[in-house]
Amino acid sequence: MTKELRRLSTILLVMFLALFCSTSVIQVVQADTLAQNAGNKRALYDSFDVQRGSIIASGAAIASSVPSKDLYSWQRQYVDPEMWAPVTGYINPVLQSSTGIEQALNQQLSGTGSSQFLSRVERIVTGQPARGSNVVLSLDAKVQKAAYDALGDLQGAVIALEPKTGRVLAMASTPSFDTNALASHDPDAVNKAYDELLKDPANPLYNRAIAGNLNPPGSTFKLVVVSAALASGRFTPASKLPNPARYTLPGTSTPISNDTGGTCGPGKEVSIADALRLSCNIPMAQLAVKVGAQAIREEAQKYGFNSAFQLPLTSTPSSYPRVLDDAQTALTGFGQGKVTATPLQMAMVSAGIANGGIVMKPRMVDQVVGPDLSVQQRFDSEEYGRALDEGLDRQLVEMMVANVSRGVATNARIDGVDVAGKTGTAQNGDERPFSLWFTGFAPAEDPQVAVAVVVENGGGVGQSGSGNTIAAPIAKKVMEAVLGK
Amino acid sequence: MMRTPPGGTAAVRPEPATSGTASRPDGAQADTAVLRALRRIRVPQTQRNRELALLLFAFVINGAAVVLVQLGAAGEIDPKFLYYLGALTALALALHIVLRLTARDADPFVVPIATLLTGIGLAEIYRLDVHWGRHGWDAYSNRQLAWAGIALVGAIVLVILLRNYRVLFRYTYIFGLAGILLLILPIVPGLGTDANADVWVSLGFFTFQPGELAKICLAIFFAGYLVRTRDALTSVGTRFLGFTWPRARELGPLLVVWLVSLGIIVLQRDLGTGLLIFGMFVAMLYVATGKTSWVLMGVILAVGGAFVASRVLPYVQGRFTNWLDAFNPKLMDNSSFQLVNGIFGMAQGGLIGTGLGQGRPWLTPVAESDYIFPSLGEELGLFGLFAILVLYMVFTSRGLRVGLNGQDDFGKLLAVGVSFTIALQVFIMVGGVTRLIPLTGLTTPFLAAGGSSLVANWLIVAILLRISDAVRSRPRVVIG
Repeated sequence: MTKELRRLSTILLVMFLALFCSTSVIQVVQADTLAQNAGNKRALYDSFDVQRGSIIASGAAIASSVPSKDLYSWQRQYVDPEMWAPVTGYINPVLQSSTGIEQALNQQLSGTGSSQFLSRVERIVTGQPARGSNVVLSLDAKVQKAAYDALGDLQGAVIALEPKTGRVLAMASTPSFDTNALASHDPDAVNKAYDELLKDPANPLYNRAIAGNLNPPGSTFKLVVVSAALASGRFTPASKLPNPARYTLPGTSTPISNDTGGTCGPGKEVSIADALRLSCNIPMAQLAVKVGAQAIREEAQKYGFNSAFQLPLTSTPSSYPRVLDDAQTALTGFGQGKVTATPLQMAMVSAGIANGGIVMKPRMVDQVVGPDLSVQQRFDSEEYGRALDEGLDRQLVEMMVANVSRGVATNARIDGVDVAGKTGTAQNGDERPFSLWFTGFAPAEDPQVAVAVVVENGGGVGQSGSGNTIAAPIAKKVMEAVLGK
Repeated sequence: MMRTPPGGTAAVRPEPATSGTASRPDGAQADTAVLRALRRIRVPQTQRNRELALLLFAFVINGAAVVLVQLGAAGEIDPKFLYYLGALTALALALHIVLRLTARDADPFVVPIATLLTGIGLAEIYRLDVHWGRHGWDAYSNRQLAWAGIALVGAIVLVILLRNYRVLFRYTYIFGLAGILLLILPIVPGLGTDANADVWVSLGFFTFQPGELAKICLAIFFAGYLVRTRDALTSVGTRFLGFTWPRARELGPLLVVWLVSLGIIVLQRDLGTGLLIFGMFVAMLYVATGKTSWVLMGVILAVGGAFVASRVLPYVQGRFTNWLDAFNPKLMDNSSFQLVNGIFGMAQGGLIGTGLGQGRPWLTPVAESDYIFPSLGEELGLFGLFAILVLYMVFTSRGLRVGLNGQDDFGKLLAVGVSFTIALQVFIMVGGVTRLIPLTGLTTPFLAAGGSSLVANWLIVAILLRISDAVRSRPRVVIG
């Protein structure tokens, strides 16, 4: 019986060890993730009790807490609320909800993150009131303003990245909303404001820069197709493609044409470089079929397609579909069919090309600073992966520069600076307005900023606008703001 | 291995040692060197002094926990509840004194551990009452206190009456019958309540969960039954695949218990009790016969039963879905809401917890019963939970120790059975709320609000005290 009892004790020991592990996993390993779960009301309740930290951009607080005399001790206030809405989001004890940085970094802002453990213990010991930490964003107020102002009354979004680091410099989305109205402690007013925003057909609560209803990327996706072609080793920018005026999708009777309605420049054949510069659909559709859906998908995923990113705001994955026939593959050659992308994704494509082929993980926060101004947490730049081998990136840069200097993206030109770019004019169905795109970077030789712009709903002019006429000028203003022009 | 016929030996209790004197006035001349040595190694009241010290420690912690709850949740100290707690303290001291008089060699750890766990649970239940503003008999804490009083009185009475626990062996089959009857009580028309699982019996003025008492009755039955039949169970069988497999005839009891457990699961929708009773039986069967093949078959039957149940019974299926897919937003708002909120609470507690009375355990439904463990995790943190788990571990190990050192097989098996039950119950509950295993409705021993469970577990304490006293008061040098 003794032997059996010893074995039984071992089993019991294992059972208890399993319990020690499961509690530790919840309370230590997963504690931060669980606290950030959108369904977790505890973290939210906690955050109403303390003076929440500020959200800081370009050295100034864009969200801060001031004392309040009502039910809750603190009132949240936002500076330039519409401009910063997609970034800061809002937090409201009455609605019991939060979005944006307020939600994603709630732990830090309310002072309950694990990196603030020691300062929390210190406060308990010294009896000081609890205070949250400040979040310092990577965003630049000047660039953000340029982006927001440039969008104006249009429905769309802008995102600007620093190619070498992945830092987000601007993230604007229009139409926007008044975060102060949603931070109100008056239940009736705030519920009314929220319901109105929900009912608005333009969906002002969407952050179109990283989420919302995703748009087809149109011709901007040709950058990915050409990347895949170059990466395969079977093509160079000079490789020739057939140049008919009409092309029937393989296995169907559906014809497609170039934007111009004719051939892509003169001649029976056209080079990949010229096809990209003139943004022709037929050569790219044929190229896509030759390269193959598999290779394009792999290349797209190297740029970040089919993945969500935590900036720490969660982006909606851009999608290059899993299963495609030849006809559908041909459509993806010019960013139509079932391909969809966020501006963030297209900016990452440009930034990857600009950064020697290395894609950086996008991030919006530089550091978390305690109430005593000590740095509690630093966010480092991380590589997502290499999308283009060395040498190939320069070939793409040259093609993108040509695109702006003597192609179809002329409205992105900046005096004295080489701008690399690609426009897109994406169809959403026969009668529906276009989605207008631009993505690119500047200066081409030493990129400081990569940008992507999308304007939805045809920019208000149905099917008569183009990426070059509506989106490119917006990108130009944003890039100028970064370059100090 | 030495085996004494259970129930057959009367407890031979040596005279209390009078330390320092070598000769005795009553003239017992059989005072050999062995007896003298025996008297020296048995310093009788050491165990009780140790127990008293630990008990005082437990009282201080229990009182401090209530004060912290009051300061944290209400912001002021309300002496009333502390007075109530004083009554509990007095009863625990009464048990201690009874032990000094009648069972001085009983294990010194089980009473302080049970007192401490009861007190901590009580403080957390009280903390939730403060939040919800429950007073009088609406307050779970007051009811729990009353139950704790009943439980302690029950334990005292059992310690006094059960001078020789071996009498239980005589009533093996009566306890078996009682256990089964208690288990089927809730489905008797007119007695059951409308709760989620049919585990409650309503006696008009109060409700009771007979499953808790049934587990003690069945532990006694299993111990008695296995001692009687172990020879038949061990000696015969056929070799196959490297194991000695029992004959069909000896398979009977295993299958009967399995069917009863399955019956509970199916008819009463009570996965936890079924699992608990079957687990207890398999463990005791293994300890009694030493046959791995029994365990193997038990595990196969349990896993098979669970698998079939998860396919056939919608409520078991639901529990599996909630377990595997708890963080699915669709489930989070409905069926896995409790589980996920308990986990959120624990995560909020982190390493050191929010402090008693300063967390938000009430955000989890039924935080005072099924979710007492996550509630404590929120306010006491990982450190607190580790301390509680260690308390359970020590409690169980004391029971197994009695099993290792015991003199008769019935006592050994009974001690192992009841202490294993507590450990298994902790595993099922804590594992359930931490998503280690699917959640089933049981009570967390000593901590959770619930009278039946508290009474049953304190009766287990009394049984362990009695068996351990018999172990220690035997002159073990002589016997072996």
